[in-house]
Amino acid sequence: MNKKLFRSCVTPVAAVALGLIIGAILIASQGSSPITAYQAMLVGGLRDSDALLRTFQKATPLIFGGLAVAFAFKAGLFNIGGQGQLLIGAVFAAGVGFGLDGLPMVIHLPLALIAGGLAAAIWGGIAGALKATSGAHEVIVTIMLNFVAGNLTDWLSSSPWKDNSGDRIIARTPPIEPSAEIPTWGALPVGFLLAILVAIMCWFVLERTTFGFQVKSVGFNKDAARYSGIRIGVITASTMAISGMLAGFGGAVESLGVDGRFEAGVNVGLGFEGITIALLARANPIAVIPAGLLVGLMQAGASRMQFKADVAPEIIDVIQALILFFVAAPTILRWILRFQNQTDEDLKLGVGWGSK
Amino acid sequence: MVDVLIGAQSVTKRFPGVLATNQVSIELKPGRILALLGENGAGKSTLVNMLFGMYRPDEGSVIIKDEVVNLQGPSDAIRRGIGMVHQHFQLVPPMSVVENIVLGAEPKKLGLVDLPEARKRVLELVTRFSLDVDPDALVEELPVGTQQRVEILKALYRNAEVLILDEPTAVLTPQETDHLLQVLRDLTTRGVGVVFITHKLREVLAIADDIVVLRNGQVVGTTTPSASSETALAEMMVGRSVLLRVDKTISQPGEVVLEVRNLEVDDDRSQRAVNNLSLKVRKGEILGIAGVEGNGQRELVEAITGLRASEAGEILISARAVTNTSPRKIASLGVGHIPEDREKHGVIGVYSVEENAMINRYHRKPFSLRGLLQRKAITSHAKEVVNEFDVRTPRLDTAVATLSGGNKQKLIVGREFSGEIKFLIAAQPTRGIDIGAIEFIHRSIVKKRDEGAAVLLVSAELDEIIGLADRIAVLFEGKIVATLDAAEADREQIGLLMAGVGVS
Repeated sequence: MNKKLFRSCVTPVAAVALGLIIGAILIASQGSSPITAYQAMLVGGLRDSDALLRTFQKATPLIFGGLAVAFAFKAGLFNIGGQGQLLIGAVFAAGVGFGLDGLPMVIHLPLALIAGGLAAAIWGGIAGALKATSGAHEVIVTIMLNFVAGNLTDWLSSSPWKDNSGDRIIARTPPIEPSAEIPTWGALPVGFLLAILVAIMCWFVLERTTFGFQVKSVGFNKDAARYSGIRIGVITASTMAISGMLAGFGGAVESLGVDGRFEAGVNVGLGFEGITIALLARANPIAVIPAGLLVGLMQAGASRMQFKADVAPEIIDVIQALILFFVAAPTILRWILRFQNQTDEDLKLGVGWGSK
Repeated sequence: MVDVLIGAQSVTKRFPGVLATNQVSIELKPGRILALLGENGAGKSTLVNMLFGMYRPDEGSVIIKDEVVNLQGPSDAIRRGIGMVHQHFQLVPPMSVVENIVLGAEPKKLGLVDLPEARKRVLELVTRFSLDVDPDALVEELPVGTQQRVEILKALYRNAEVLILDEPTAVLTPQETDHLLQVLRDLTTRGVGVVFITHKLREVLAIADDIVVLRNGQVVGTTTPSASSETALAEMMVGRSVLLRVDKTISQPGEVVLEVRNLEVDDDRSQRAVNNLSLKVRKGEILGIAGVEGNGQRELVEAITGLRASEAGEILISARAVTNTSPRKIASLGVGHIPEDREKHGVIGVYSVEENAMINRYHRKPFSLRGLLQRKAITSHAKEVVNEFDVRTPRLDTAVATLSGGNKQKLIVGREFSGEIKFLIAAQPTRGIDIGAIEFIHRSIVKKRDEGAAVLLVSAELDEIIGLADRIAVLFEGKIVATLDAAEADREQIGLLMAGVGVS
């Protein structure tokens, strides 16, 4: 078991290391010191409670987004719609957050969270239902729904739900009521705790429930699942809905715990990083937590790195992309590192592609 | 004149945890046919893969034309005159025979494929080796036996002097098999040597010049057909005496359990595969469906088990209409199904033995309570199946993908047999598994029959049908062309019916 655990860590750890090494070369090529840069990054993400808070805040939507992609992966589905689902979750959570008042926190906050999750579940479920009924590929449909979600949330925050106080230039909703705010305990945002809790729940659902067994069966061998009486369409649709909900929670936590409202353009790109996280975690919901924290740390330390080492913060995106590249192409990694007798089962990235 | 065309000298090949071949030596002389006989996992495939350059031996050496060679890969082997016909054909179906044969070694003119030249060369080969193939036909339109000859031509086109065939007769009718054996015989008169992997004893005795029997990665015997017999070979393969025929009593058929009326089913390409087919299977009898693969067997079985939609007609199980209902509903009527494609439908490879032992009933008590999986019940059930059906597995949480075909199959049979079974569909229940497991599965099926189950047995192995079935229905082009009593069935006659001869 430990050996197995070790083996499944080799690829991600090597990918991260290699990404950082190449990142260091790039930093050096800009005339800066990689050591100073990475040191600044670590300090910026870890030194004090402010830094830690930043890291946790950055990590939270990454974990939710990673869970969304990982969960769908288990059923052999590639959810690229995390971005759209996240936006939908963010705007509807904010909508309930500012739209209702006079509610006690114990009701208002969960209600806002659920509203975000549910709306995003429907958003993800659309792609699942289309796949189940017509065979429309979820990758295509979720990409298209990302655009729809982007425009829909832009419209909501610039027209019916627009904040009309102040200078009225920015497309954003009014601030949410205090009763819908996710609190922060010292350096620890409660949203982050929620992400960990949800990750554990995902693991439990997948490993301990009959439903999770069905999801994995469909992912591992669709034909055998059908033979066993599993209704593929139902599982596909519900898995995509759950996946959407997970991404939507990420957006809801952003609105309710970080931004305090929904603002068009603020959450752009967050949903896509879930793919990196899920791959780095090899689609294991528990491993999504450290993967999210790692990338969250890098992002939290980016601005200090820019300030201290005079490195463009985009270098973090480049390193992230390199890591994604290496986890996604373990063959290249293996060739570079000369693994011998690698028996580590590879995570199939092609899941869903080309299959009906 | 070379002495040894191809050979292995004390080759040993290890895979993690397995000694695949251990000090194996063989040699093939020009113009001879060498049969490699052995059960699954005996090391036959590993051995020929080393001869073909796919693997490198850890110890020992490969010899080609009296020279020790260090093969760099299959293309190196091909360059040295080795050709291999794989069990699964490596052909491009929508392309013509000529195109398939020259693919990868095309004659070129001004950098473009010179098809007329290619056609000329292929025709030359066809005539020289008197292989009956139309060079302009599309591969997808050819019967399996002809496709196989295209594979052989592919090797000959690349100047193969040695032909390695991996289980070449698995997909052929008895007549096609005879034809293949004749073709191989002819090739040897032209100096080609043949290495032939099989587990069918009859063929070995019919064609081989030399027989090498492998067991557990070692050569356990070298013999010739004249000095051996089916029983002796079987014992050598398995390492103990085996029963080649199934002991069973005369069936006592009861009421009709499965009734199929005027069924029409389409295949994946929406071509009619089952054509106005009707049949009945009674309690306590085994109805065997004989036929060459691809004559509608798969579609028939999938329609009955709910995996494929029927276009017309009716299916009744215990007098309940089940046409186009879900697989789960059908299974709940007491239907067990040993699927034709073990890897595709039968097991989920990454799942453990435990999980695979209950995958048909995971949603029911005691395996699932309030939506949660019950590990204890799952484990104890798996333990029972593994013990009762003699599944050889290191542990219950071992991934099924690592088990041998025979053990996977025994696990599937055990799973499908546990519980109340009124009707059993067994499709190719012993394909690609070892004699020991075949024996066991045959006895289990007969036992189920004796306990009162109705059994529909679909098999491409005529011997299996004749050995097990009480009645035999011959399927040809989606229709049942004859139904015979097993007692009066004649191998020759069934073979002809399977090939559509004498069918109006």
